[in-house]
Amino acid sequence: MSKVRVLVGTRKGAFVLTSDGKRDKWEVSGPHFAGWEMYHLKGSPVDPNRIYASQTSGWFGQVMQRSNDGGKTWETVGNKFAYDGVPGTHQWYDGTPHPWEFKRVWHLEPSLTDAETVYAGVEDAALFVSRDGGQNWEELAGLRGHGSGPQWQPGAGGMCLHTIILDPKNRERMYIAISAAGAFRTDDGGSNWKPINRGLTSQYIPDPDAEVGHCVHHVAMHPARPDVLFMQKHWDVMRSDDAGDSWHEVSGNLPTDFGFVIDVHAHEPETIYVVPIKSDSEHFPPDGKLRVYRSRTGGNEWEALTKGLPQSDCYVNVLRDAMAVDSLDKCGIYFGTTGGQVYASADAGETWAPIVRDLPAVLSVEVQTLP
Amino acid sequence: MIRVVLPVHLRTLARVNGEVMVEVDGDATQRAVLDALEAKYPVLRGTIRDHGGGKRRPFVRFFACGQDLSHEPPDSRLPEAVRNAQEPFLVVGAIAGG
Repeated sequence: MSKVRVLVGTRKGAFVLTSDGKRDKWEVSGPHFAGWEMYHLKGSPVDPNRIYASQTSGWFGQVMQRSNDGGKTWETVGNKFAYDGVPGTHQWYDGTPHPWEFKRVWHLEPSLTDAETVYAGVEDAALFVSRDGGQNWEELAGLRGHGSGPQWQPGAGGMCLHTIILDPKNRERMYIAISAAGAFRTDDGGSNWKPINRGLTSQYIPDPDAEVGHCVHHVAMHPARPDVLFMQKHWDVMRSDDAGDSWHEVSGNLPTDFGFVIDVHAHEPETIYVVPIKSDSEHFPPDGKLRVYRSRTGGNEWEALTKGLPQSDCYVNVLRDAMAVDSLDKCGIYFGTTGGQVYASADAGETWAPIVRDLPAVLSVEVQTLP
Repeated sequence: MIRVVLPVHLRTLARVNGEVMVEVDGDATQRAVLDALEAKYPVLRGTIRDHGGGKRRPFVRFFACGQDLSHEPPDSRLPEAVRNAQEPFLVVGAIAGG
């Protein structure tokens, strides 16, 4: 029988939640790395027992961990993230030039074909790769070097590269997203990049249609249709049908189109999920009701999914990397909150139940479907 | 030998309990002690000082003999009581946040 392993990164450690394919009884392991901020953990699709983890601290900086046994034991690997050449400057909050400074790893994306290769999205925004299981890291400097880098500016959460998507049909193609620069694509394995933000409109920047400067919160793709992308922007839910060359809004009847997470059903490429958040100044669900919204039409027409979720006095947030799906039938949907709950639905969102209720604030959720 | 006390998170990372001892060739300076510490426990590289310039991380402090040595030049000699192992060299996570 299949199993599911949920990897949860929190403000004070990592947790590994496991269940059989029914997904109704869960074992909780953790905290791993207690007291550290665990921004992200993700397993290799090639070897699911190989898991990479980003461990950070305001005191002691960045530490990288990897596991070869599905998160039971861990070993420390390389934590030297040196920008390629002279780092240069980006814009600071006040518009002045500010030197690029490494702060932390926000997102890890293991290769689809090699368990030893893993990509890291970091703050200040840059993309690194390790080809030796995390021991050594080199920057894919073409991203920062393509020309617009000096115009990038941090969002409120820092200038982070938080999304990395590998195209399963084209190994040379990769997408990344940065707050608050926007989305970018490479078609040559990471040497050259271009902004893919046409169609995004952001009223909070001087030129609402600018090539860069958009606060993209997250991007999702279904592996069977890698040219179709869904985006939760600072405001607006967006869709691209041409690999990001152009975008159009699909917010439709959402109660608010602000939010952080977005994900796609494992078996239905037109079924997508978001968690609407009231506004950029009120990071909690509208009306104190925690609702996942699902569209079965690739956007525009949305339905609220509420069964099992708190429908009063709920004022948590769901951060950008804190939603994931499994690939069982029916598709499981998972998300974690800043209130420390991890909710799971084993029926594609119809009903929900908390796996755990009282973890530290959840930063990230990833799911592995195991044989 | 120099006695070094690490904060709990770095003890966990280095998989040690209590004080650690490091051997320093020549003058026992702050830099020499940290070099020896990182050589003995490579997982500590980058957690006390930056990888690049070896600059102390902002929320890490160095105490010894009741003094804050954090702002001392890294090549100045440590107090005699540290050099002769009467007192430990303390690596401290600064009080910050709530």
